[in-house]
Amino acid sequence: MIMMEQEDKEDVSIKIGLEIHCQLTGLQSKLFCPCFCNYRELEPNKNICPICCGLPGTLPLLNKAAIESAIMVSLALGCRIPDNTMFYRKNYFYPDLPKSFQLTQYNAYGITSIGVEGRLEYGEKSARIRRIQLEEDPGRLLYESGGVNISRSYSLIDYNRAGISLVEIVTEPDFTDPKDVRIFLNKITSIIEHLGVCNTRLEGSVRCDANISIQSGKRVEIKNVGSFKEVEKALNYEIARQKAMSIHDIKVQAETRHWDDTRKVTKQSRAKEEEQDYRYFPEPDIPVIPLGKEYVSSINVKMPELPDERKNRFVTNYEVSDHIARVLIDNKELADFFESAVKIYSSPKEIANWIVTELLRFTHDDFLIEAKIDSSSLFAGLKIEAKHIAELAKLIDSNTINRSTAKMILTQIIKTGEMPSQLLARTDVLKIEDRNIISEAVESVFEAEESAIRDAKNNPNVANFLLGKVMKLTKGRADPRITLNVIKTKLSGLN
Amino acid sequence: MSKLYNLSAKEVNTGIRRREFTAEEYIFQILERIDKVNPKVNAIISIDTEGALEKARLVDRKVRENEKKIGPLAGIAIGIKDNICTRGLKTTCASKMLEGYIPPYDATVVRRLKDDDAIIIGKLNLDEFAMGSSTEFSRFGPTRNPWNIDYVAGGSSGGSAASVAASECPVSLGSDTGGSIRCPASFCSVVGLKPTYGHVSRFGLIPYANSLEQIGPIGKTVSDVAMIMNTIAGADDNDQTIQVTYRTPDYVFSSKGKMRIGLVRELTEGAEPEISKRIYSTMNLFTSLDCYCEEISMNYVEYALASYYTIAMAEASSNLARYDNIRYGFNFAPDGYEWNTYYAKVRSNFGDEAKRRIIVGTYVLSSAYYGKYYLKAQKIRTMLKQELGLLFKKYDILIAPTMPILPFKFGEKRDDPIKMFMIDIDTVIANLAGIPAISVPAGFINDLPIGLQIMASEFQEQKLFDAALLFESKTNINRSPEL
Repeated sequence: MIMMEQEDKEDVSIKIGLEIHCQLTGLQSKLFCPCFCNYRELEPNKNICPICCGLPGTLPLLNKAAIESAIMVSLALGCRIPDNTMFYRKNYFYPDLPKSFQLTQYNAYGITSIGVEGRLEYGEKSARIRRIQLEEDPGRLLYESGGVNISRSYSLIDYNRAGISLVEIVTEPDFTDPKDVRIFLNKITSIIEHLGVCNTRLEGSVRCDANISIQSGKRVEIKNVGSFKEVEKALNYEIARQKAMSIHDIKVQAETRHWDDTRKVTKQSRAKEEEQDYRYFPEPDIPVIPLGKEYVSSINVKMPELPDERKNRFVTNYEVSDHIARVLIDNKELADFFESAVKIYSSPKEIANWIVTELLRFTHDDFLIEAKIDSSSLFAGLKIEAKHIAELAKLIDSNTINRSTAKMILTQIIKTGEMPSQLLARTDVLKIEDRNIISEAVESVFEAEESAIRDAKNNPNVANFLLGKVMKLTKGRADPRITLNVIKTKLSGLN
Repeated sequence: MSKLYNLSAKEVNTGIRRREFTAEEYIFQILERIDKVNPKVNAIISIDTEGALEKARLVDRKVRENEKKIGPLAGIAIGIKDNICTRGLKTTCASKMLEGYIPPYDATVVRRLKDDDAIIIGKLNLDEFAMGSSTEFSRFGPTRNPWNIDYVAGGSSGGSAASVAASECPVSLGSDTGGSIRCPASFCSVVGLKPTYGHVSRFGLIPYANSLEQIGPIGKTVSDVAMIMNTIAGADDNDQTIQVTYRTPDYVFSSKGKMRIGLVRELTEGAEPEISKRIYSTMNLFTSLDCYCEEISMNYVEYALASYYTIAMAEASSNLARYDNIRYGFNFAPDGYEWNTYYAKVRSNFGDEAKRRIIVGTYVLSSAYYGKYYLKAQKIRTMLKQELGLLFKKYDILIAPTMPILPFKFGEKRDDPIKMFMIDIDTVIANLAGIPAISVPAGFINDLPIGLQIMASEFQEQKLFDAALLFESKTNINRSPEL
C-alpha cells in the first residue's frame, strides 16, 4: 500500500532545456564568404562560391558584422562577453556539410563562445542562458522518393544555405512547463526582431531543439521542430508519451526524437550505435578574435531599444495598459505599426485598442494559411497601414462614426487599402446626426404608418416600433438617440 | 642561343627584356628540355604547353611594344606544386581523390605570378596531399633525384626541387608543412625557402596542416628565390592568417657580414657524421667572413617531432574529410549506395600514407585523447617558440643541417613510417615556431647533395637571404646535374 501511495503521488518534476538557432537574416553576406545571406527563392546551388562549397584550398573569411550581431544578442540576453573568442571545427560526415566539418564555437580550455552565463526574464519567471555561439548553417537535402522501387530513391543537395550565419542560444534546463517555453520563445523572437538581427517570419529562420526529462528520468532530445509555435506542441506530446510510458513501467531511453510536423508526434530517429565524437579543435584558418571591453561597449551604445524598455515606455508615455503594451511588444512589427499610427494621429489608447482587439484577428496564421499567403510579414496579405488605423481612431474620437461602423470599415480596408474617409464617402455609412434629415425620415415613416400612430396613445411601444422603421429606412445610419427624440416630440405634438 | 633552359630566372628575365631572345623561344627550349628529362625524373604531373606558349607570346608582345607594364618576372618559366590551385588547370594533389579536379580559381600566389608575367609551365609532383618526405607516395609515381635517379628527390615538394635541379624550370613553388620545401631542396642541391607563417597567402593551397604550412619558392640561386618571394608575399584579403601589419617585402642584398650566428648543437650532432662535420665546418667559413659564431643548445628539440606529427595529423584528418566525391573528385557513381557506404567506398581510394595520417589524426583528436596528445603537442609548440624567441635575442640566425641524412634509395624507408618521420627532425622546428628557414646547397658527400639550413626570427627573411647569399658567394656548389 505504501508503494501504491508513492506511485500515486505523481512526481511532476519536468526539466526542459532549449537550443535555439536563429539565422542572422539582417546580414548582407554569409558567415565566411561573400555569398548572399538571403538564399531564399533562389534556384538551387546559385548562391554558392568556392568557399561555402568547401572547395579545396579555400579559406574562411570571417564576416565581422556577424560577430557584432551575435554580441548584440548576447548583451540582450544578459551574457558575459569574453575578451577573446575563436572558432572550432565540429567534425562529422553528412552530405549537406561541404567541408565535413561545421565551423562553430566551443567552450574549452579557457576560451568560450561569444556569450556565456546569461539570464532572461519572461513573464514572472526567468531562465538561465548557458551560452550563445556563432556558427554556420549547413546546406539542405531534398529527398526524392522513387516510389515503390526503394532503390531508385535519391537525394538532392542544395548548398544555397550552406554558410549562413546562425546564432545558437543554449539555455539551462530551467523550464518546467511547455507554456513557459512558448512565452520564453515569444520573448526571444521579440528581442531578435528588435535587435534587427533576424526576421523570424522567414521560413526556417528560427529553429528550436528541446531536451526534456521527467521525474529525473533520461534526457530525450526533440529535434526538427520547424517553428517556435510547434515547440509547445512537441513538448506536450513528449510529456504525455513519457508519462504514459512510466505508467506502464517502461523506462524512458536517452534518445533523440524527431518532431513529425504533419502527424504532430515525436518519432525516434535512427538509433545511434554510439555517441558521436565530434573531435572539436580550434580552426587554424581563423585567428583568435579579440573582443575586449572597448569594442563591446561600442556595440552596447549602438543597441536598439529592447522589448522590456519599450514596453515600459509604452505604459508611461502612451498610458496603455500593461497587458496591451505586452501584446504590442511581443511582436515588433505590431509595436512599430502602433507607433507609426500614433505619430500620425496621437490617440494612443484608441489606436492600441483597435490594433490589439480588432486588427490582430486578421493576422492570425489560420487566416494566412487560408489565403495561401507567405507569412514573411505579420500583415502579409492585408492592405492595412498605420495611416488607416490612425484615421479610423480620429473618426471615432470626433464621433463621425461609431465603433460598429468602424469595424465594418476596417474589414473593407484590409481588402482594398482605401482610406476610411474615402470608403465612407463612397458607401454612405456616415452616421446621420442632422436633425433636419432625421425629421424628414421620421415624417415619411409617419405617413406610411398611420394606423400605428393612432395606437400610439395607448401603446407605449409604438415609439420604438417607429424608431426601428426609421433605422431601416436610413440603413442604420440615423443616430438612434436623436431619432427617438424626434419621434417622441412628434407624437406628443399630435396629441 | 643554346641552352636557355640553364639560365637562372634573373638571367631569363634580363635576356628577354634586352631582346636577346624571345619568351617564346625560351619556352620552346624549356618544353623541349621537359620532353627530354622529365621521363627520367618524373617531376611534372601535367604540362601546360598551350597556356605557357600563349603567355610567352603575350610577354613578347609587351616587350615588342615596349610596354611600360612588363612584369618583374616577365618570361620566367615557373612550375607549381600540384597542391596549389590553378584556374582551369588540373590540380590533383597526386591523389586519386582529386584525379579530375580542375579548380575554378587561382591561388593568390598563382594570380600574383601571372600578374607579374611569369609563365606557368606545369604542375609538379608531390607526395599525396603533401604527406611524405620522399615523393614516393604519389599516385603518379615517385620523382627521381636528378643527381642520381636511383635515389629519392626528397619530399613532399620533390617535383618542385627536382624540376629546378633538372633545369625544367629555373624556379618553382612548393609548400612546406614540416620541411617539404627544404628537404627536397637539400636532396637536389637547390635553394628552398619556407617563409614566416602568415607571410605568403595560403589561399588556394590545398591544406595538409593549416597551422604549420606555407607556400615558398625553390630556385637555383638565392636571388632567384628572393625575386619570387617579392612577388608572392604580402597581405591578401583572402587569407586572414596573413599578418597584415607586415608591409609587402622588397628584398635586397646587403650582404653585410658581422652576423651573430648560433649553430644548433642537437640538430648538427644528430646528423650523419659526414653531414655533421660539413655543417660544423661552415662555422669556420662564417667566422672567416667576420661573423660571430658559436654553438648553442636547444632544450625542446627532442619533443619537436612528436609535437609536429600530432598537430599535423590532427589537422590533416579534418582537412581530408571533405573528399567525399560528392561535389568533385573521380568517376564513381553513387547509385545504389546509402551515404555512409558510399563514403567508405570512395574514401578507401586515399593512398596508404594519407590513410595512416587520417587514422592517427582522428585518434589524437578524439575526446578521450585530446588532452593527452593534441593539447600537449600545442604546449610543446608554445615552449619551443619561447625558447627560440630568447635565442633570437642573442643571434641573428641559427644554422643546422637541413636533413640529418643523405638522399636514400627508393623503398629504403617507404614501409617504415617512423624511420621516414625521423628525417624531418631538423625541419619541423621552423614550422612549429612559424619562423622562416632556408636551405642552401652545402656540397656533396658520395656525389649526393647536402644542404645548410638557416633559420631566423619571424619576418626576418632578409637576414636569411643575406646569410645565404654570403654563403653561396663563398662556396661554389654545382646546381646542374648532367641528365
